[in-house]
Order: sequence, then C-alpha cells, then structure tokens
Amino acid sequence: AASAQFQLAVPLAVVFAPGSVPGDLPRPLPFRDVQEMEIAVNLRTSITSRYELLYRRTTAQEEAALDVATPREADAALRPLQDTSLGSLTVYVVPETSSILPQGINVYVGKHRSALVRAGGTLAALRPRLRQLQQVMSFTASSIAAALSDRPPDGRLGPDARRHLKSSLGYEITFSLLNPDPKSHLVEWDIEDAVNRYVQPVLDKLSLVANFSVDSQILYYAVLGVTPRFDKESSSFLLSAHSLPHVINPVEARLGSSAASLYPVLNFLLYVPERSHSPLYIQDKDGAPVRTNAFHSPRWGGIMVYNVEAPASPQASLPLRVGVDMVRVMEVFLAQLRLLFGLSREELPPEFLVESPGNEGLADWELDRLLWAHTVENIATVSTTLTSLAQLLDKIGNIVIKDDVASEVYQAVASAQSAMAKLATGHLHSAFQASKEAVTSSERAFFDPSLLHLLYFPDDQKFAIYIPLFLPMAVPILLSLAKIVREARQRTKEPTKMD
Amino acid sequence: VCTSRFWFNYRHVANTLSVYRSVKRLGIPDSHIVLMLADDMACNPRNPKPATVFSHKNMELNVYGDDVEVDYRSYEVTVENFLRVLTGRIPPSTPRSKRLLSDDRSNILIYMTGHGGNGFLKFQDSEEITNVELADAFEQMWQKRRYNELLFIIDTCQGASMYERFYSPNIMALASSQVGEDSLSHQPDLGIGVHLMDRYTFYVLEFLEEIHPSSQTNMNDLFQVCPKSLCVSTPGHRTDLFQRDPQSVLITDFFGSVRKVEITTETISLDHDVTGFESKLPKDELATEPLKYAEQLPVAQIIHQKPKQKDWHPPGGFILGLWALIIMVFFKTYGIKHMKHVF
Repeated sequence: AASAQFQLAVPLAVVFAPGSVPGDLPRPLPFRDVQEMEIAVNLRTSITSRYELLYRRTTAQEEAALDVATPREADAALRPLQDTSLGSLTVYVVPETSSILPQGINVYVGKHRSALVRAGGTLAALRPRLRQLQQVMSFTASSIAAALSDRPPDGRLGPDARRHLKSSLGYEITFSLLNPDPKSHLVEWDIEDAVNRYVQPVLDKLSLVANFSVDSQILYYAVLGVTPRFDKESSSFLLSAHSLPHVINPVEARLGSSAASLYPVLNFLLYVPERSHSPLYIQDKDGAPVRTNAFHSPRWGGIMVYNVEAPASPQASLPLRVGVDMVRVMEVFLAQLRLLFGLSREELPPEFLVESPGNEGLADWELDRLLWAHTVENIATVSTTLTSLAQLLDKIGNIVIKDDVASEVYQAVASAQSAMAKLATGHLHSAFQASKEAVTSSERAFFDPSLLHLLYFPDDQKFAIYIPLFLPMAVPILLSLAKIVREARQRTKEPTKMD
Repeated sequence: VCTSRFWFNYRHVANTLSVYRSVKRLGIPDSHIVLMLADDMACNPRNPKPATVFSHKNMELNVYGDDVEVDYRSYEVTVENFLRVLTGRIPPSTPRSKRLLSDDRSNILIYMTGHGGNGFLKFQDSEEITNVELADAFEQMWQKRRYNELLFIIDTCQGASMYERFYSPNIMALASSQVGEDSLSHQPDLGIGVHLMDRYTFYVLEFLEEIHPSSQTNMNDLFQVCPKSLCVSTPGHRTDLFQRDPQSVLITDFFGSVRKVEITTETISLDHDVTGFESKLPKDELATEPLKYAEQLPVAQIIHQKPKQKDWHPPGGFILGLWALIIMVFFKTYGIKHMKHVF
C-alpha cells in the first residue's frame, strides 16, 4: 500500500493596473504570498496545492496593452509580456470603472494563461474571484481526484469514476465514413484537407501531451445495429437515446486498427443514413432532437449522423453526389475529442466570460489542466506498478531480475522522484516529461516477459520432484556410511581393548 | 479457452466455439475476444463433415462457420501463453489481436473447458495449470488494474476447485461441478461418433439463446442454470469476492457489450478561412529525405537480452558420480567377496 504526498505548486501573478489597487493590502506592493490547501483524496494519498502569489503593479508596457477596447485584444497584447511557462497564471486586475470588460462581466478568461478581473475595491472582495479563477484555470480537487480514481483504497469503484481517456504515450485517431447505401449516395469527403486544416492544429497543440497518429477510411454497406423509428409529426426517422448504446457494436467489428501500435484508438464515425431512412435525427432523453446529431462514448470515440437533403426533383438520377461539409463535421468531432479528454466547459457564474480558443481547439490553461491531471496520474501509476512488482518479488523469492529490468526500475524511481520535485516547485513542463519517462520505464519493467512466475519453480516444487528420486537411493548409502563409521570406531577402540 | 486436443475431445472445442458465437451475437467484436483453441477438429481426417464443428445432435448448428477468428491455435495454447495473455507480460513482437488490451473499466469474461482435476486443469495433455497459479495471475491483473470485474466460468470435472484459491476483489466464478464430481457430456452424435457438447455448457447456451443485447436478466438466473436433475453434477458459484450484489449484475455486463454513451451537446466554432494553412506547404520539402525502413521490433533490446534460461537438468556426470559412490560404499561395507552373491 503505497502512500503518496503530492505537492502541486502554481506560480500565480496578480497584477494591479493603476486605479485598481485595493485599500486593504497587508503590505506595500510588490509582495509575495503563499496559499496552501490540502486536498484529501483517500486515506493514503493527499494533495497539497500551493499557489505562490506575487502581487505587483503593472509595468508601463502592460498598461499600454490594457489600454485597448476589447479584452481579446488585451489578451493578445499581454501575451508576450507575461510568464508563459506551463502551469503559471497571470491575473490582471483592472479598475472597477474600466470599460475594457463589457457590462455585467467581471472576469474574463483568455485563451492563453491570463485573465482580467474587475477590482472589487478591497482585497477581501477580490479573493473569491481569484479563488474561482484558480479552480477554473489550473486544477480542482475533483479533477485531481478523478485522475487518481483507479486506485481505490478498498477496491470499490464508484459508478461515476472517471471515464476520461487514461494518460497514454500516444493515441490513434481514426476517421471513418460509413455509407450504408452507396447506390443512392455517392459521398465524397475531403478528409485529408480537413485534417490538415482543422485537426492538425489541435493535435499540434496537444503534441505536448502525447503522440497522435491519424488515419481515415470509408466503409460501405456498414449499417447501424438499430432500426430507427419513423415519426409522423416531423416526418423523419428518430434514434432514441436508450437505443444508442447498441449502435456501436455491430459497426466496431468492421473498424480496423493498426496491428503494430498498442495505443488506445479513438474512432470518429460519420454516418450518412440510407435514402429510405433519411432524414435521421438523434433524440435525447426528453425526446427533443439533438442539435449536433451526434453522440460519443467515453474511451471509444464519437458518431455523427449527417443527413443528406432530399433531391429537389424526385426524378433526380441516383446515386446523388454528396459533398460533405467538413467544417460542420469537424466542429462536432473536435468537440467530442475535447470531451473524451475531459476538457469540458464547466458551469460558471454569469459574470465570467471565457474566450473561445478558436481553431487551436483548446486554450493554454486547458492544456495545463490536462497536464496537471496526467502528471499526477502518471506518478500514481508508477508508484502502484513498482509497489506491486516489489510484492511479486517478495512472494516468489527466486525470480531472476535481468540487468535491463533492474535499470528500468531504477530509472523509473529516479524519474518519478524528479517529477514530484518539479511539481513541488511549479515546473509543470519538466514534471510532465519526467512523469512520462517514469511511466515508460516502469511499464517496461513490470511487463517484461521474463517475469512470468511460471518460469521459476518454488522451492517446495523442487523438493517434491527430487526427493522421491534420491531418497530411496540414499537409504543404502547412509546405512553403509553409518556402518563404516561404526567399524572405524571399533578398530580404533580395539587396540586399547587388547592391551 | 479450450485446453484439449485430439478427436475425442470434440466436445470441448464445440463448447468453446458455442460460447464464442453467443458472445459475438450479443455484440462483442473479434478485436475484444481472445480465442485459444487447438483447432484440430474442423480439418481432422476423422471428421465426416470437414470444415464444420457441430454443437447439436442432428447437425443443426455449425459453430465453426467462416467467421471464426482463432488467436492462439494448436500448440500455441500453453499455460505459459495463457498466463502471458492474462498478465500482459508478452514479447513486444506480439500483434494486437493476441493481446488482452483491457483497462480498469473493462469487464472480462473467461471461459475455460477441458479435462481437470482437484486443483488443476490439464492443458493439451502435456502440462497443467494449478488453481494457485491462476489466482496469482488474477492478482497480478488486479494490481495493474487490468479489469474492473471478472467472470470466470469453467466446465471441467471438479471445476469448483479451480476457483477456491481466488483472493483478488471483483471476481465472480461459476463451475460445472464440485470437488469430487465429474462433469458429464451431453449427447453423442452417431453420425460424427463423438460426444458433441458438455451438459453444463449446453444448458448455459440454451439460457443465453434467450438473452438479447438489451435484456435485463441478471446473474442469479445464470446460477440456476443446469440443476442437478439435468446436469447430474452440482454446479457451483462463488460471489464473495464480488462487490456488487449478483442480483444487480446483468448478463450483458459480461456476455454482451453495452457501452455508456453521452449525447454531444457542445460544438466548438471553427474559423473557415484559415490563412495559416499556407504555412503547411513547406513540409513537402522534407519528403525528399531518403526513406528509411521503420524498425518494427526493438532490435537493441532483443540483441542485448541474455539467452532464455533453460530448465535446470542435473548434469549427466552427477548421476554417474552418484552411482559410483553407491557402488564404492557398498563394496567397502560388505567386501568384494560378496560380489558373486549380488550378480
């Protein structure tokens, strides 16, 4: 039972623009402060979050950057002026009367690592908004606890345990176009262009987290496993929410996956319904059609239904040529990708305005959130793996550890310790890299083919095999040896007797 | 897993293939099934109907067909490979279809059939797996969170002994007979000349025929399958390691695959005119690099691996020396003159 104490340090700078300095500062600017908070995950793991706050005034350049009309321009202008290392945050406090934030909005979260907050007059009024910002932009108790949720202390997994993708060194993304009715629809999608234009920027941003490989395929005559119902009112076909779980399996048999790689596969399917079942809409639990016409399954991928408009004239020649609107499709697929990774828009109070990340797919601080969760998960995995490896060795004492397995174990331990140390000092990037190395080494050590306990005979089996062989043979030997010893002793005694 | 080979063990192959078919019918794809068979039935010279394996009298159901994907066949079905699949300690060159790529949210069903005894299961007439080894393998799986819940079904003689030693959480086990009892086979087929199925699996399959992917039948019903009057042996089950109440466990949790889905309500907004796209073109210049053969295997690791440890045999000289010692001691004790009495 390994216990883990994580300390997560976040450097946070609170920058006061002129006119926003609160009256109740404990010390004159600039000064530093540390906020520590304990998050208890379970009996053996505890997380201490440590926000290293630096309160200061704006520099002249920052003031100039804030002197713009919209918060978005300010965000872009401020970016080169702030600390952009992974994991750090900068909060700019603007005066209450400032016009840079729209009416009714008190907090603006940018798409990099900074936010604008309207001053509340006092530091005490500012603190709650700061705390909420910290929760949104770095990590929360629940997001870290979710990352550790596969180590339940007593074997009990809650029903809402984390279903986001587990931290892995790489992911394979497969885009599939399903055309069950090629006689009616000749579907063309320019997937390569769409991937280069829309998917690749997102994957480039996520390349820090893992390696991604993308492939695509078109499957013909692939049907959904469920027959949709015809709804007279809307004269369309409907797939109800409770039939969705059964849709995936018949299709999955037809989806391939790369034989060589062992990375988890994310499947994104675009289904063009048959002419006889068009248009097809997905119903949610309340019976309303879903706007995106798509659904996803955690740790698997997503499916979107793309309806083809009926031709204007019924005499139109079949098959109809269908050009897929890739923008609409990619908007849904990339949103599903975000959800699969666990980056969802949480409910925020109406005074918060969060900037949309645009074509990059995710904001820098969302990337940070992912990295915090993955780093903690990696380190926890390393400690469980190495502990169980040690327990295995205790149990089967005569397992032989090869040199390369031993060196992997040492490396895993060193990398994990370095990762924990870097987390405690706030270097998220190097902490994540170290945790990745630690996981790679520990997995290689644990899953080494030579550690099969079948290859090492326990001592009692060795005795059980050799004793029946040697014991009967040994009986005459031992008796004879005893006789020899007795004779030898008699001979040495005899001379004394004769005398 | 079917652990027997040879023609007279036809029923074990038919058992395994029937369960495989049911599981596929209920939605689990081949990529999620590891099938280990000796696979010597369909093309056996003694098979009067080649390329078929029947599971019912009067040859009603051909469970072999043309859609069977056997992952470990013939001599690859060994205790070592079975334990490697379970624990994941597989050589790096093994393809994806031969691996168990499960994670902490996977439910695993393990079905084993063959000849067994009190505490062991015979693999292909040449080796055995003991219940202790199986329990240890499951513990290794639990340590690495390779399963969420595990259902273990075994149809052999004295099958209950195989699940006695389990100690990892979240395991439910079913066996066709108790310790000291034999599992009997169902019916011989006069056309093929061997017994086609075992009783327990036959009744389990009848039960599974009524299950469809959205059925709500729970595990308590599976425990009632094949009472002593039909099966002659007493099926047993073990649920003390399982966290949930068997009443609340659906059959389709293990035999079928019902995924959790969520409706996608969010979209992101993409910018249509991406001017930054032009900057991707310079990448074509990199394509003029000479093409290299991608390393498929971790060569460096394989080269530096020490040669595989062979089993330890006592050196031949040892036996000779031992006999020489015995003879020497014998003659020292009793004198050389007794040699004529011995020989």
